[in-house]
Amino acid sequence: MAQAVRPTGAALHDPALLRRVSWLLVVAVLAWPVLVWTEFNPATLLDARSLGATWKFVSDFVPPKHDADFLAELLRETWRTVAIATAGLALAWLLAVPLALLSTARLSLSGLAAPMRPLPTALRQVVRWVLVVLRSIPELVWALLFVRAVGLGPTSGVLAIAITYGGMLGKVYADLLESSDPAATQALLRNGSGRLQALLFGALPECAGELVSYTVYRWECAIRSSVVLGFVGAGGLGQLLDSATKVFAGSEVSAILMVFVALVWLSDRVSAVLRRVMG
Amino acid sequence: MTAMSETRVLPPPSSSRRRGLLVLAGVLALVVASFATLDLHWREFLAPAELAKLAAFGASFFPPETAPAFLRRTLVAAGETLAMSLLGTVLAAGAGLCMALPASARGGAAARAVHGAARLLLNALRSIPELVWASLLLIAAGLGPFPGTLALALHTTGVLGRLFAESIENAAAGPALALRVRGTGRLRVFLWATLPQVLPQLLSYSLYRWENNIRAAAVLGVVGAGGLGQMLYFHLGLFQMHETCTVLLAMIALVAVVDALSYAARRALSS
Repeated sequence: MAQAVRPTGAALHDPALLRRVSWLLVVAVLAWPVLVWTEFNPATLLDARSLGATWKFVSDFVPPKHDADFLAELLRETWRTVAIATAGLALAWLLAVPLALLSTARLSLSGLAAPMRPLPTALRQVVRWVLVVLRSIPELVWALLFVRAVGLGPTSGVLAIAITYGGMLGKVYADLLESSDPAATQALLRNGSGRLQALLFGALPECAGELVSYTVYRWECAIRSSVVLGFVGAGGLGQLLDSATKVFAGSEVSAILMVFVALVWLSDRVSAVLRRVMG
Repeated sequence: MTAMSETRVLPPPSSSRRRGLLVLAGVLALVVASFATLDLHWREFLAPAELAKLAAFGASFFPPETAPAFLRRTLVAAGETLAMSLLGTVLAAGAGLCMALPASARGGAAARAVHGAARLLLNALRSIPELVWASLLLIAAGLGPFPGTLALALHTTGVLGRLFAESIENAAAGPALALRVRGTGRLRVFLWATLPQVLPQLLSYSLYRWENNIRAAAVLGVVGAGGLGQMLYFHLGLFQMHETCTVLLAMIALVAVVDALSYAARRALSS
């Protein structure tokens, strides 16, 4: 009976050894400056002073603060967070729809027979660039700028979300419209129907589900964003959390974090249900 | 006669249509309630004088500051932001993989308990944004890019861990089984049967998160976690608009460069 021969000696040698080792060396050489630039030093986490501060802060987490006044404030700020996200996204939608329609080539009349004329091509390109600029500056930066311009309060948060998310929604709406099957819109446009009709009866029936589901997904993201915007003074849970962290009020921080995680979970659920119903 | 009366009866509205209208009404109510309860100062904000002030505020950013010394400082801060995003993503990819293994485990009661605990931890890590992690970590790690890197790593671990677990669950089970029935250890089964199948997808997820993290790293400095964000916060606080403009332009350029690099890398991976 033939017995399996256990490979020994040279047969155990890994043929790719040299390549693996040289890749590891390259990675190590690249990693060194990165570690230096980020001042990466886990030891700072373990020195006595920061351990003491962390312990004092974290040990205050339990039990979370739960007197009636604080809970009422927490509830009010939670609603504010949701309201900022919803109002911001509503404005973003108003901004995104016209820009998306302007930038999509699917509704071009001159592009039906020949290559699109230079003027409409240029206009669409300009609108696309506007969308890129709107979303390439993070919402937190927009909020910082608006807080300087219009003062503290939810207005800056709503505007920041409206602008960044307007850019994101506009771009994705235009892409979705453009990825739809051109036959229906072209047939309508060629037979003399208006652009609005071509959009409503040609392109929308095909992409409505995806458009709705992306918008709902963005609403979920906007809720997370609106918490973060509170850190620069736009109100809501973020502002509460920021002030609680600054005074090391661990019991407040843990209560806010719990509400926040619950809110994110809830918006995730609502968004999943909405997408199933509408999609 | 009966046929005629039957043709006049409209079909009942379909339940999906009614449900859609109901949801639409709910969404409209939420939007109206949001605008109604927030103390938004549109009247003051949209008054001509205010709009003129806003325009002047916008114009005050230009031209950007271009003194060589300042540009050099901006470049250093951009490098710091880039390093934060890179290290944060790499750490998260490693930690995410370690968490994905228990989170994708299947089997008996013990495995299910581990599975549930790992998922719960990943969800908690993921649902707290980077900026919130950074502001909490400042207490433990002090000011600077280090807490920012850790914050990025924590949030991204949650995101990547879940995505990795899903990829591992979806990998074909055949090769792993073939090794397991020969008595190969679990680690080796993973390294030689499962990992080679999912590696391209894991890399592509990591690159996608890197694009996200460069945006997040750029703003983390606002709470004191280093990089371009800290410069932005500093100069904007002092109303040094030209300097702020340079920093903003550097942010946009850095994001564009990382997007292009990541796009090229993903193209190379998929071809």
